[in-house]
Amino acid sequence: MAVFRRPVKRLRSGRYQLRLSPEERELLRGLPGQLKELLADTDEPALRRLFPPAYIDDKEGEAEYRRLVGDDLLQGRQAALDLMAETIDATELDEQQVTAWLSSLNDLRLVIGTQLDVREDEEPLDTPIHQVYYYLTMLEDAVINALSSQYD
Amino acid sequence: MTTIAPAPVRTDLPNIDESNKEDRPWIVIVWNDPINLMSYVTFVFQKLFGFPKAKAEKLMLDVHLKGKAVVSSGPKEKAELDVFRLHEHGLWATMQHDT
Repeated sequence: MAVFRRPVKRLRSGRYQLRLSPEERELLRGLPGQLKELLADTDEPALRRLFPPAYIDDKEGEAEYRRLVGDDLLQGRQAALDLMAETIDATELDEQQVTAWLSSLNDLRLVIGTQLDVREDEEPLDTPIHQVYYYLTMLEDAVINALSSQYD
Repeated sequence: MTTIAPAPVRTDLPNIDESNKEDRPWIVIVWNDPINLMSYVTFVFQKLFGFPKAKAEKLMLDVHLKGKAVVSSGPKEKAELDVFRLHEHGLWATMQHDT
């Protein structure tokens, strides 16, 4: 697959250039929708890293926290995935859109990584889904680098 | 960039008993996980807490190497808001009373 060396770049205008090959866009296109479908099932075990507990030993506190913010956490993720899906063919993103891409890419990696049970420092594996995971890692890192430049 | 100095993690309140348990500060802990990228964790600490890069990187390395780091502290409402913002960003954060 053709991959640009610097797929995401912050422009002087404050917008973000997105250089992805047609193959990359095709790979990415279906992912936000698939994760949104998965989000509809709150008992899905692969989602546990998206909704970790706030309290370790306090069931009451945890239930209250979940009641207060559970919907916000879910809706924020859905909105970001929608925004990524809407801009999947864009060559430039504004700050809100690139932030939605980062959120979605990270959530996708959290879910796929949970499904694959990835470990720290494990040898790369050559299955198709691992390749997708590594590609998302590369792209997310590029988005982070572009966004971080505002803090340098 | 705004730099927010962290509140002291340990306080000198003597004779803490259950009656003022609710007054004790809360701490927010971020735990290590094998998926979130080091660059991402550093970025989130900078974005959410306004930490300078060096401080964000040190906290990230504490999470990575020691398994966890205290990233903020304060009243319950502040701790809960910080946990929420960290959860929005997919980090594994919990809160507890400072001991």
